Amino acid sequence: MAELLEVRDLFIRYETVDGVVEAVNGISLKLDKSSTLGLVGETGAGKTTLAKGIMRLVPNPPGKITKGEIIFNGKDILKLSEADMRKVRGKEISMIFQDPMTSLNPVMTVGEQIAEVISIHEKVSSKGAMEKAKEMLEMVGIPAERAEEYPHQFSGGMKQRVIIAIALACNPSLLIADEPTTALDVTIQAQVLDMMKKLKDKLNTSMILITHDLGVVTQTCDYVAIMYAGEIVEYGSLRDVFKNPQHPYTNGLFGSIPSLAEDVDRLKPIKGLMPDPTNLPKGCKFNPRCEYAEEICRCQSPETTEVKGIHVVKCFKAQGLV
Amino acid sequence: MEEKVKRTELLQVKNLKKYFKTPKGMLHAVDDVSFSLHEGETLGVVGESGCGKSTMGRAILRLHEPTSGEVIFKGENILKFDKKRMKKLREEMQIIFQDPYASLNPRMTVSETIIDPLIIQGKYKKSDKEGLQKKVREIMDLVGLSQKLINTYPHELDGGRRQRIGIGRALALNPKFIVCDEPVSALDVSIQAQVLNLMQDLQEELGLTYMFITHDLSVVRHISDNIAVMYLGQIVEKAPAKLLFKNPLHPYTHALLSAIPVPDPDYKMKRILLQGELTSPINPAPGCRFAKRCIHATPECSQQEYSLKEVEPGHFVACSRFNEIKN
Repeated sequence: MAELLEVRDLFIRYETVDGVVEAVNGISLKLDKSSTLGLVGETGAGKTTLAKGIMRLVPNPPGKITKGEIIFNGKDILKLSEADMRKVRGKEISMIFQDPMTSLNPVMTVGEQIAEVISIHEKVSSKGAMEKAKEMLEMVGIPAERAEEYPHQFSGGMKQRVIIAIALACNPSLLIADEPTTALDVTIQAQVLDMMKKLKDKLNTSMILITHDLGVVTQTCDYVAIMYAGEIVEYGSLRDVFKNPQHPYTNGLFGSIPSLAEDVDRLKPIKGLMPDPTNLPKGCKFNPRCEYAEEICRCQSPETTEVKGIHVVKCFKAQGLV
Repeated sequence: MEEKVKRTELLQVKNLKKYFKTPKGMLHAVDDVSFSLHEGETLGVVGESGCGKSTMGRAILRLHEPTSGEVIFKGENILKFDKKRMKKLREEMQIIFQDPYASLNPRMTVSETIIDPLIIQGKYKKSDKEGLQKKVREIMDLVGLSQKLINTYPHELDGGRRQRIGIGRALALNPKFIVCDEPVSALDVSIQAQVLNLMQDLQEELGLTYMFITHDLSVVRHISDNIAVMYLGQIVEKAPAKLLFKNPLHPYTHALLSAIPVPDPDYKMKRILLQGELTSPINPAPGCRFAKRCIHATPECSQQEYSLKEVEPGHFVACSRFNEIKN
């Protein structure tokens, strides 16, 4: 399959008064055309910063991409001028933000908000843009006549559909969805995920889905990357990572969710807390919370090594050194 | 579990209603809910946002004054209590709130937050610095907060620790019954597991009775003895946790359970996608409230009222057609 996106050794920092936040630390990943990658991690793992990095939306200051390349369709987008980047954003790469309640403009009708992105990127009359906007609304399952309504007249699930319509209006080749269903109820989440999957297949879009919900990943993704403290600690196909997890953090995540099939008296949580990103531990960043950590984990950072095929892991234990 | 069933009844809720007056009409937030809870038991309450689960929790504690009904705690209807008796009773009935970022006073330190209920209830005198300190340290130990955090402010702490303060504050007065209103929803999964384990340990240690409100179905199955499923202000199904997941009878429960994303690539799902969203609880139409979204609904469903009926031991359902649906 053709490669759409490649991130090479990306570093993103935020320089704050409390110190330098090392948000993304040497991330490399690839995404093929029309496939879906799930980016999983807890609060502060750097998932959203990575996504914003790919969109070049890291607020500067305080944020800065200090190193790395982001190759999209053969071009390094970090080298594009801001004017050229604007042509990419919304047209070729678009993003769905986490909170549907706050990412719509309350004083514009939803039709106008969808038409806005169309008229920026395509040569159409304002009437034509509105026509297309209505088509998009129908596509996400909202009657076209509601285009004249304002966001407050929609429920949470409907607002998220509107946002999806905006994101897909220009038929982008890459869609980054940042926790698109976290704010929604399960039955609505099921509807929205189902719809996203159908649209993605129909429009042949690639997707990066950011989430902390392993269940959502199972339903939508082909590949999974587990993030911890700004690094990808494990990557592989859905089956690799879910059926044969190698990294102790990945295992910890699975142990933390109550199972619907098995009965356990107590969960097996990961002890401790996420490290302070201004003061990351030396060596493997997971070592203070890891039950297998030994001397080598405390002084050296493990390399990313192959488990089998595309399945890779960043851990001394998986390498057999601990 | 069987041992728990034999325990004494602690709380009984009878025909509880809570309506809110709105410009558009009466909002039936909690509409004729009845159930009972035994000592040491956990009742999970699940439902989607807006189904009235939090309002029910608060109405039981009289944080919202119920419109009608009875709340019988240890044999007495607490809705008849005057202010003074109610204040005294709050020692035994506490609540843990959902959002550990919003439910703590940002200008009070950990120790001040935990001390507050002790002083309000007159358990300690403000001048008894030593006794208070000792008590605070005891509670911090109990909920797994390090002693060095005693003088920190909430903004210095992460979500998991803040929620531990919320739990500590609720436990300070040795309550019998705690309403837990989405206590882990705002937390990351690894922290969520830590807090859930803590709550289970405390329950065993102190013999607490929980009403555990959540929208997370895997959490509720894990922690509850019995589960009540709410839809638009009413309980539509109530059963022992395992049984509910094995043999859901109400079409809404079916749909809810089928919507859970299971983190296993081999799991084959039979999705029942519900059409539409929760309808308005303002002046709801008579009949089954789920009928409009129910794929099995017949015209009769919108005509008669349904109440919970016991269909097998401990398993209650409010649907007239569950037998036909099953097949």
